[in-house]
Amino acid sequence: MNLASIASLDRRWIFLAVGLLVILPLAFGFHIAPVEPSPRSRGFYDAIEKLPEGSTVLLSGDYDPSTIAENYPMHLAAARHLMRRNMKIIALALYPAGPPLTDQVLHLVGAEFGKKEGVDYVNLGYKTGNELVMSSMGSSIPRTFPVDRRGIPVSEIPVMKGIQNYEQFSLLVNVSAGFPGTKEWVQQVVSRYHLPMVAGVTAVSAPEYYPYLQTGQLHGLLGGMAGAAEYEALINRPALAMRGMDAQSLAHVFIALMILLGNLAFIGKQPARRA
Amino acid sequence: MKREIPVLITLITGLFCLIGFFVPHPAVRLLYDDIQQWVIVIVGATYVLGVANLLRINTQQVSQKSPDWPFKIVLLAGLLGMMAIGFSEGVKYSDDGSKFQWMYNRVYSPMSATMFALLAFFIASAAFRAFRIRSFEALLLAIAAFILMIGRVPIGNAIHPIIPAAADWLMEVPQNAAKRGILIGAALGVMATGIRLILGMEKTYGSGEGS
Amino acid sequence: MEDRRPRGRVAQHQRPGPASDSRSQTLNATARPAHSRFRLRWLLASLVVLVAVSAVDAAAFPIEAKDTPNDGGKSVTLTWTPPEQHPARWILVRRERGGAFAPVVTLDGALARYVDEADALTNGASYEYQLVADPADPPRDSDVSSPVVPSPDWLDSTKANVLVVTALFFIVLFYTINQAHRGRRWTFRKIPGLVAIEEAIGRATEMGKGVLYVPGVQDIDDIQTIASMILLAQVSRLTAKYETKLSVPTNSPAVYTVADEVVKSGYQDVGRADAYQADMVRYLTSEQFAYVAAVNGMMLRERPAANLLLGAFFAESLLLAETGHSIGAIQIAGTANVHQMPFFVVACDYTLIGEEYYAASALLSNDPLLLGSLKSADTVKLVLIIVIALGCVLSTFGNPSLGAWFSTQ
Repeated sequence: MNLASIASLDRRWIFLAVGLLVILPLAFGFHIAPVEPSPRSRGFYDAIEKLPEGSTVLLSGDYDPSTIAENYPMHLAAARHLMRRNMKIIALALYPAGPPLTDQVLHLVGAEFGKKEGVDYVNLGYKTGNELVMSSMGSSIPRTFPVDRRGIPVSEIPVMKGIQNYEQFSLLVNVSAGFPGTKEWVQQVVSRYHLPMVAGVTAVSAPEYYPYLQTGQLHGLLGGMAGAAEYEALINRPALAMRGMDAQSLAHVFIALMILLGNLAFIGKQPARRA
Repeated sequence: MKREIPVLITLITGLFCLIGFFVPHPAVRLLYDDIQQWVIVIVGATYVLGVANLLRINTQQVSQKSPDWPFKIVLLAGLLGMMAIGFSEGVKYSDDGSKFQWMYNRVYSPMSATMFALLAFFIASAAFRAFRIRSFEALLLAIAAFILMIGRVPIGNAIHPIIPAAADWLMEVPQNAAKRGILIGAALGVMATGIRLILGMEKTYGSGEGS
Repeated sequence: MEDRRPRGRVAQHQRPGPASDSRSQTLNATARPAHSRFRLRWLLASLVVLVAVSAVDAAAFPIEAKDTPNDGGKSVTLTWTPPEQHPARWILVRRERGGAFAPVVTLDGALARYVDEADALTNGASYEYQLVADPADPPRDSDVSSPVVPSPDWLDSTKANVLVVTALFFIVLFYTINQAHRGRRWTFRKIPGLVAIEEAIGRATEMGKGVLYVPGVQDIDDIQTIASMILLAQVSRLTAKYETKLSVPTNSPAVYTVADEVVKSGYQDVGRADAYQADMVRYLTSEQFAYVAAVNGMMLRERPAANLLLGAFFAESLLLAETGHSIGAIQIAGTANVHQMPFFVVACDYTLIGEEYYAASALLSNDPLLLGSLKSADTVKLVLIIVIALGCVLSTFGNPSLGAWFSTQ
């Protein structure tokens, strides 16, 4: 096999290699390198850590099952951190397929920490309207969400007592897959109501929010599964994201090698063309 | 008139919404907020049209036994099945243990995640096939790509802490600067396109003859 | 005003009078030595000062009430400096001029600002506010604020920077339109992706295959989708002219409605209404990845010779582009989503980046008025570049005012 022949490599061999590199670490759980939290993840962690215990936090899970691998671990870790610090959680979703995932997170973590739905947390569910929902919540949350996801009027839910608008929240925690998401929350809520905010987003869209970190509109940012793994390390609760980091490490190295190999194959073809 | 009326409606509503952005007075703002709600209602109503189109085309292809028609039956069964289950369970469709939830957790959720996961394979094959270093700029891009790919995962820090630090610098400085330039240009493009539409200068998507 | 805390309480404690006289009489009666009397007087004076100081601390403090600026009215902003020894809570009370005070809200004792946006407020009515200590301690209550009249504003001054740039854009635009009417023509650099669109359609026609046009995954209210519809009109005219099969899968019913109308019009415009078919434009699904799976399926089954991916794309961009490459189609992509551009650049033959995508419709039409609007965008960009450079220089030398003026709220 020479370099030129590598150029015509059937891509299904590449697919097979990627598949094995991802499955094997997940299946056998071997550990490649420890996770070192970045300043962005530390910012996310510190923003929650320094809140007074018992504060009320708005948790928006704006993603659906397609980005479950990246967003679900950070959503879970954030809920764990918040419940460990006895925060009251008002949760919602701006994606139609988001509420069941929010339910899953809250019920799972609520059971771990002995928290009760309605008393310690509530899932307000989904509302159509994107930025209009954010804007409307600034005027009145009970008018925007008259009932929670179970159909119970919010006036009858203990954790919603006294919640009128953003003034009653200490922090906005947003887990976002795209639109509507972090950018819209910053534009509609942080800029107008000055509510502190942290965000967990997919890796591909994380660079888009770096300017918001620099201006202080975001206090912390988790980017993709790597960010979720860093956050799990900070809350000292390794879970889904940590397990996935070894697979991700190998996949990244493989893709870097593929770029190199592709270019070597390209160079290998050059002399034949010139001749 | 068939062309002029839509252009006039676009002009009036477009200018009104543009002015409404700067005017907080209720005389303007109330209607501005209402118009945004109307958009949601109109878009919601078009779902009826969309589902009707979906049903029409796919039932036609099944009846004509077009290529891959069995897959159209799967599509129709999925569409009608989910709708029927959701309607039959009413407000309890989202409760734990409901049939709708079962379909969501066992069918929809894994399929969605699988499609997103395909990206990993496609990125690897695109990296091999298409990322060619044909110029100095492409070489710089490749070096940045290497640093970022290795720096973003724990293995980068294990090799040397300077790799993730370099990755962070690349993201926060040159990447940010270039991206801001593109965003400013795109924003001006949005303004130009929007103004062309509002002022009726853009005739190409008009309906009917003589556009 | 009758409800103000009487300030005379401090004066009473300091005023010499009967109390001090009776104390001196008592002291005299006991005939204490002179130095003891001095010490006692000194002690009493210190006590008086201490009480006076604490009384000053507990005296009323001002609360400022202003009509909240840049709003639609019915909002009053209250600011105050809480005293050092503040109560646990404040009860904010409000009255309409001539009425009685009523509680509005309970606030934390350390707060220094509150915006009253209660529904009960009426524009044009006059209100007064006061902070009442909770637990009740009248000496700690604030002064009553001066009357304030909430009213709506006609202009949001925080958006002045946006208004200036928008106005500048309009001015330059009207100037270039005027120039275009007078016959002035501008030249623009060739964008390879645009030139390639007609070539791609021609290639598809020669090969006897179709053209697949994917207008992105956002709804019709997204400007990228609207720009895609404008380009679709141009593309449909070309496919009608060359009698090339056109497929337009959409992921929103609203986009389907508009796209269908656009394609029909495009075919009518070149006199080929008979060649238009109703299932050229199809609504697939609104779910992102289900849509991608369906489009990929269309590519693999129908094997179009040209893929035009023009619109707003997210994670599905590489899935579409790689599948398109695998079937050997020529691919032209255009999007303003910065995070997807790298995937299109790597995987497609031509990519329209950011504003090239928005400029495409004007460049393809070759209409002088539309090209004038492009020129106005370029002119405003030049102005912004100069302003950015100036702002950087000023900030470097310690004057961030220009940059601060451009920051949005």
